[in-house]
Formats: sequence, C-alpha cells, structure tokens
Amino acid sequence: MSSDDVKDGVGSGVGGDDRMVGAEPVPGSAKSDPILVADGVRRSFGGLTAVDVEHLEVQRGTITALIGPNGAGKSTLFNLLTGFDRVDRGRWTFDGTAINGRSGHRVARAGMVRTFQLTKALTRMTVLDNMLLGAQGQFGERMAGAFLRSVWKGQERENTRRAMELLERFKLVDKRDDMAGSLSGGQRKLLEMARSLMTDPSMIMLDEPMAGVNPALVQSLLGHITSLRDEGKTVLFVEHDMDVIMGISDWIVVLAQGRVIAEGRPSDIRSNQEVIDAYLGAQEETAVAGGSDDD
Amino acid sequence: MDILSILAESTRSAIGPIAAIYALAAIGLNFHFGYTGLLNFGQVGFMLVGAYGVGVSVAVLGLPLLVGFGVGLLCALVMALLLGIPTLRLRADYLAITTIAAAEVLRLVYRAGFAEPLTGGVYGLQNLASDFRSINPFDGGERYGFGALSYSGNNLWVLVVTWTLVLLMVGVSWLLMHSPWGRVIKGIREDEDAVRSLGKNVFAYKMQALVLGGMAGALSGCMLAVYQAAIQPDQFKPQVTFFLWVILLLGGAGRVFGPVLGAMVFWFLMNFTEGLLQGLGSIGLLPFLETTDYGAIQLAFVGLLLVLLIVFRPQGLIGDRKEMLINVK
Repeated sequence: MSSDDVKDGVGSGVGGDDRMVGAEPVPGSAKSDPILVADGVRRSFGGLTAVDVEHLEVQRGTITALIGPNGAGKSTLFNLLTGFDRVDRGRWTFDGTAINGRSGHRVARAGMVRTFQLTKALTRMTVLDNMLLGAQGQFGERMAGAFLRSVWKGQERENTRRAMELLERFKLVDKRDDMAGSLSGGQRKLLEMARSLMTDPSMIMLDEPMAGVNPALVQSLLGHITSLRDEGKTVLFVEHDMDVIMGISDWIVVLAQGRVIAEGRPSDIRSNQEVIDAYLGAQEETAVAGGSDDD
Repeated sequence: MDILSILAESTRSAIGPIAAIYALAAIGLNFHFGYTGLLNFGQVGFMLVGAYGVGVSVAVLGLPLLVGFGVGLLCALVMALLLGIPTLRLRADYLAITTIAAAEVLRLVYRAGFAEPLTGGVYGLQNLASDFRSINPFDGGERYGFGALSYSGNNLWVLVVTWTLVLLMVGVSWLLMHSPWGRVIKGIREDEDAVRSLGKNVFAYKMQALVLGGMAGALSGCMLAVYQAAIQPDQFKPQVTFFLWVILLLGGAGRVFGPVLGAMVFWFLMNFTEGLLQGLGSIGLLPFLETTDYGAIQLAFVGLLLVLLIVFRPQGLIGDRKEMLINVK
C-alpha cells in the first residue's frame, strides 16, 4: 500500500463532512439517510447494565466510529446489533427491515457483516477456502446439493473469480493456497476483511480492526476502509486509537457506561467536554504533555 | 510359537467383518469430530439403536431384514435430533457429556426388565441373520480363502457387504468434503462464530453432521447384528466408543481414509498382541502371568502404542502434520 492511497483516504475522510449534512452533533441525532436505526437497546449482565442506548442512527455510506473507555459496552452493542448476543429489550432496523432478534447468520444474510476483535481466520483452511466461505446462496452448500458437482461447479468458478479479485485488492493473492494459520496477524485482519466482502454486504461492522496490527499495515488497513466507504458501503467500527479515528471517521459516536454520551464530527468530539471527561480524561494529560513537547 | 500364524491371524482380523463394522462406525465419528469438531463420546449408542432396530424388527416383530435396517437408521435419526437440539447451540462440551450419558442410559434401558418383551433384556435377541444368509451367494458351510487367511461362507458374505458399505460411505465422505458443504463443515470445526458471521446457519450444519455420523454408526450396528446373528446389550459398553476414538486418531481424524486404515491397524494390533502373549505364554516365557491376565496386558499394550502415536505422530497415520501444528500455534 503506498502512502498516496493513505493520503487520499484521509483526505476524503476530512472532506467527508458533507456526508453528514443536516446531522446535529447531539446524542441520538437524526440522520438524513440512516441505514441502521436502533431504539431502546438494552442489555444487562446480572445487575450491571452493559448497554442502554436510547436512539442511534448510522448514516448510509459513511464511516462511523464507535468509541468509549474500556467497559463502555462497545463490543456488547456490536454483538447485539449483529445478532451474536441476545438483547433484553429494544428494536433496530437495517435498511428499513426490523432485524432485532435475528440470529447472527440471518443478520449477515440481510447485508450487515461483521468482523471480530480477535481475528477469526479459519486457520486450517487455505486462504482461498476462507474467501469462498463468504459467498452467499451457494447451491453446493446444501447437503443434497453437494453431490451434484456439475450443478455447483459454475457457481464455484464465479465465486473463485470474485475471491481472486478481492485477494488481489488486499494483496493476498500470492497466499491463496497457504493455510490461513500461516499468515501474520495483520494479514489475517486483511483476510477477514476481504472474506467479509465476499458476502457482498451493504454495511460492514469492524470490531477493533487495528488491534495488534503493526503501524505499517495500519495505513494499509485505513486505505481499505476508506475505499469501502468510497464504494458506497457503510462502515461502523470500534477503535481505540484516537489518531486513526479522527483521521478517517465521518461521524463519531461516544459510548460511556453503556449510553451514548456524545455524537458528532471529529471536530465536535475533540472539543466536547463530556467526552474529554469520560474518555479522553486519562489520556488527555499525557497527550497534552506530549503535544507541548512537540511544539 | 508360530509367528507366521500369529501374523496371518492378525491380518485375517484386519480385513475381517469386525474391522469393517468398526470402520463404518469410525467413519461416522469422523464426520462428527474429524470434520465438524463435534465431541461425540457416545457413538456406541448409535450402534446400539441400529443393532436393536434390526433385532427388534426381525426377531420380535418378524419383519424383513431391510425394514430392520430402516428402523435402525430411523432410530439414529431420532436420537441425533434429541441429542442435538438441546446441545448444539451450546459449547462443545455439552454434547460430549450428553452423548456419553445417553449411550449408557440407552444400554441400561434396553437391558432393563421392563423392556424384556421387546429387547430380550439381558439375554438380548437371537436368530437375526436368516434373511441375510438366505441371499448369500457363497456356500455358508464352506470355507473360502487360503491357509490361515480363510473365512466361512457366512462371514465372507458379511465381510463383502460390510466393506462395500464402508467404500460407499468413504465415497459419500469424499464427495461431501470436496464440496462447498464440506467447506462450511470444516469452517465450523475451525471457528463457528466466524462461519456464522458469514451468513451460514451453523446449527443446521452441525445437526446434519450429527445425523449423518449417527446413521453411519447405526449402519455399523445393523451389520454387527447381522454378523453375530444375535445381540445382547452388554456388548455396547462405553469402551466400544473409546475403541472407535482410538481407531479414528490412529488412522487420522479429518481424513477420508483415516477411519478405514485405523480400523484395520487397530484390529491387527489387538489380535497380534493377543496372539503374541498366548504364544509367549505357551512356551513358558510369561511365568508371572495367568492366562486370564492377557486381556488386560493386551489393552495396556495397545494403550502404550496409542501414547507413542500421540507423541510422535499426533496427526495419525495419514494425517497432515503441517495442518496439525498450525492449530497448536
């Protein structure tokens, strides 16, 4: 990945404010064209309320970041929205269809695909097989259909072609016949992202895509994320690294103790006192100290 | 002691009906554990319902043998559904606990007094093979083969049919595992959440694998009933399941031919150690052992071989070591 791509990506992120036209930087604000709308989503573990989101909308075709201190409920909210955890109450619609209560695989089929914080490469399968698993509506994936090789062969060829295109784009094409377990951590992140694209989603949920990835590859991953947005896909991601978030997000949602405490463009969030108190507080001291050194 | 005759006898059992019957059940276990990663510690329970499907249909109800096979397979289907519906949504260990308990409960129920009118209780059921023998193309009383490597006509018929079924199941496994269906199944073994996130109904796939493997186990039980012409409940003890696990790991889990090779090698070794112990005993080289101890020594010896195998060849005889090590990393 060249640095040009990264600059492009970051540039369009900054210039992407008009994607959020009309959106007020307040918690639960309405968006002009929301793809995901959640209402009253609540999940508690015993006495602890992990997630209690009154209202949340995610604008179509944007990169929205979900941030918050440890234990804020980011991953829990992710799991709830994608059907990997059961909600206490609440409803949410994706592309106009209510999908609350659907199991994970049905959410994915609706077009909302997710990745995982701890990368889930299928280690004892080849990179290409990993990719092919993402393709939807495969006749050969039915038990009876599996025996009719001549029926699914054409579909398999077409899926392989698409997988090779994506592998090319993610610079993994040379690894196609290697076991996924032999890839480095960063390459596994790329593979997971490429594999999720095989499902042809309209919205991609990335759970800490940069965690444990070396700095060189972070730039490459950022480039891929912005290019997804530029293709018209919606990206919602959880991340810790503030530089990353400020650089590429069109919109930022801040969670603390399970609630949305702030929403807005990167510039709004930077100056939001509540966010600084809740989340940046601890980091701010070091950041300020470091910043003054630079000056 | 005649080492050649011991070797011949061991070879005879390695390609005999029992090895084929165990291979069938191990193919089922391979579907469960080798491909899908399901921990089934009750494969003998599927063999039991298969065997009694034949037994009850033929000996008690007087139905044709083929109906008995159908009943056996149907029982396995019901059993797989009953085991799978509550446990397959949970972590892997729940299925393991449930299957080991269910297999043992089934054995106790089938041998119980109240079940005697149907199952024959502890005495089991007899005269199950007359249908099968009536279509035997070989002469039942004749011996076929050469030297020590010979089988009676009846056993040869069972042998041919069972190995044919084994080949058929090997073909089914090969076709399934080299298809997109098999890819999903292997994906579930690696990480079911990842597969779920790609829009696959993991529960349904696991259930299909459980049913398929269970039916292979039941088929093995049916053939056991036919081979012995009689069944009784106490031959379906948990140790059968563990023999099947040894066979699977010995041959190579997740390999199409793994369970077949494993069954042949396992029964070769079992008979070889038995023959060797008896041979050594007969020429007075084992003065410290009673003849009745041989069985225990034989199992210990096979156990030792298995330990050595796990240490030096954890992937089994035909497994892929590279693949094995990736998982460790």
